[in-house]
Amino acid sequence: MENEAGALSRVAGLFSARGYNIESLSVAPTEDATLSRMTLVTSGSDEVIEQVTKQLNKLIEVVKVIDLSDGNHIERELMLVKVRAVGADRDEIKRLVDIFRGCIIDVTDKSYTIELTGTSSKLDAFIGAVDSSTVLETVRTGASGIGRGDWTLKV
Amino acid sequence: MSEELTGAEITIRCLQEEDVECIFGYPGGAVLFIYDELFKQDKVKHILVRHEQAAVHAADGYARSSQKVGVALVTSGPGVTNAVTGIATAYMDSIPLVVISGQVPTNAIGLDAFQEVDTVGITRPCVKHNLLVSDVNELATTIKKAFYIAATGRPGPVLVDIPKDVTQQKIVFEYPEKLSMRSYNPVIRGNSKQIKKAVDLILSAKRPVVYSGGGVILSDAAKLLTDLTRMLGFPCTNTLMGLGGFPATDKHFVGMLGMHGTYEANMAMQYCDVLIAVGARFDDRVIGNPKHFSNENRKIIHIDIDPSSISKRVKVDIPIVGNVPDVLKELTKLLKQRQDEMDEKALDEWWKQIDLWRERDCLKFNRESDIIKPQLVVEKLYDVTKGEAFVTSDVGQHQMWAAQFYKFDKPRRWINSGGLGTMGFGLPAAMGVMFANPKSKVACITGEASIQMCIQELSTCKQYRLPIKIVNLNNRYMGMVRQWQEFFHGNRYAESYMDALPDFIKLAESYGHVGIRVERPEDVEGALQEAFKLKDQLVFLDFITDQTENVFPMVPGGKGLSEMILV
Repeated sequence: MENEAGALSRVAGLFSARGYNIESLSVAPTEDATLSRMTLVTSGSDEVIEQVTKQLNKLIEVVKVIDLSDGNHIERELMLVKVRAVGADRDEIKRLVDIFRGCIIDVTDKSYTIELTGTSSKLDAFIGAVDSSTVLETVRTGASGIGRGDWTLKV
Repeated sequence: MSEELTGAEITIRCLQEEDVECIFGYPGGAVLFIYDELFKQDKVKHILVRHEQAAVHAADGYARSSQKVGVALVTSGPGVTNAVTGIATAYMDSIPLVVISGQVPTNAIGLDAFQEVDTVGITRPCVKHNLLVSDVNELATTIKKAFYIAATGRPGPVLVDIPKDVTQQKIVFEYPEKLSMRSYNPVIRGNSKQIKKAVDLILSAKRPVVYSGGGVILSDAAKLLTDLTRMLGFPCTNTLMGLGGFPATDKHFVGMLGMHGTYEANMAMQYCDVLIAVGARFDDRVIGNPKHFSNENRKIIHIDIDPSSISKRVKVDIPIVGNVPDVLKELTKLLKQRQDEMDEKALDEWWKQIDLWRERDCLKFNRESDIIKPQLVVEKLYDVTKGEAFVTSDVGQHQMWAAQFYKFDKPRRWINSGGLGTMGFGLPAAMGVMFANPKSKVACITGEASIQMCIQELSTCKQYRLPIKIVNLNNRYMGMVRQWQEFFHGNRYAESYMDALPDFIKLAESYGHVGIRVERPEDVEGALQEAFKLKDQLVFLDFITDQTENVFPMVPGGKGLSEMILV
């Protein structure tokens, strides 16, 4: 969509006005500074998704809408997690982070801050795997997606 | 040519470039520089209303009754919030408007300045698009864009918010000749493959119906639709917004459909086997319960410029996205070559069925009544004006009777708030109609509840000597509310009685107009004739009508189209 003030609120407003749900939304300018790319995760029946697509296309600032789940695509989300890490937990958490191919990016004598990238379900799995009582804080970006292979979304 | 102009001058120059003849507005702090420039020129005429809601409704009536974009000018803060009802009204009915609003200076935005509101935020859900001009260099392009977006594709209101300091800054004025927007390219031509499929389906039809809506009026496709329908010999129904798109006096016309549509139109919709929907959107007041509607097997062709209108409430078989006239032209061309393939015998049978439905005489009312029946007033208005008037309405029972009993043969003659259902629309809309069609007969059919929602505009009508004929169907009730309370709320008339009504005759007179009260059925026609003889006067006709009259047929909310309550 056009990288213009208000474009984001138009999209968000459309979803709330029409009762569609936004599971996650991530947006930033692209290599072309006049354009922003937004990845929005929503759910609904085929009819609802068809309407969502049409309604988004109707917004003047939206240049192009594609449903990434129509084809093969890659999806990644970034999560930062601060966990309490003391005693034996420190090693256990470190091992878990390695298994999930994350990294510990900040350390204190009481905590780790972990960076983890993957599909949203992988991040969910990690949260499920750590002892919930040790989780102090999480922050997630929402998914970003791109088509697989040579196919590109171009304006 | 390198002379520098202020933002205010540029604003007016842009309006001139767009051939805007008149705008409707109300001044205030944030737009004073713009008003100053308006004062210094005489190409763009400014019409001073008495409330910003009326400015937008008037611009709306102007647009609906002409093919032009309506323009309104309001100040920041309350000027804009008052205008919102008008903007939402236009949005729901896809009316092309450009609303220019003043804003506090850019350096005051966000600081809760005097008369500041987040105009772009407040209006976002009820405009086709809105734009805040934060740099005077963007001003001309932005206004050009606004007119372009408002009038093309599925039309709609576009708001341009201009901070006061932008109207003071000076730059060299240049009006862009062309615009290109990568994110906005409305489709014009329909997909040829889809059109061919539609032709096959139309030719196979045994029980066809043409269902045409406001899109036919907005895209000036009435003649094409009429010619095509007549060529095919198909029955045609119009939505509330589509009245006049097909002539009401034509034998193929089965009346308006929907909640208060005719028996024959609703039955034909329900039991047709091929439905050709043109510029319509299957909304809740039109097809009733979509599940009930889908119980019958029929194939649907849907022609509309807005893809999001297609398969929104009802799944269609052949969607054709495109500009209605372009699609109809192509359809007509193809159908002409294959007309002999039509199933004439089946069509005859279908017409016989429709004629049986017609015999139900669903719009009958007691013509012998001693009390004025509202239907009679509309009928007489039709007779007296020979069906040639522009008729605006407010919202409620009177609106439905106007739609049922005034037989509109031409497009753009019936001006009402169909989507949003805005009481108070009728009078200001009639003002706009008057400015777009100065020599024409203009009637505003209203009720004593609705008219009071923008009654202050009687003053505007005086100032500009607008000879509107106000036809007030005065039943001392909010009629449609009362009807619902009678049918669905056990006759408990909660707050629907209009106590302490003004003396409308004196009220009209106090504004310098003529008032006529009519209490007997035998006086209705004479009063209307007298009113239209007063060519230069606004006449307020106060018809004291039957309080208990209801609008029939009626499809109750949530019910199916064929489940009508009949008189």
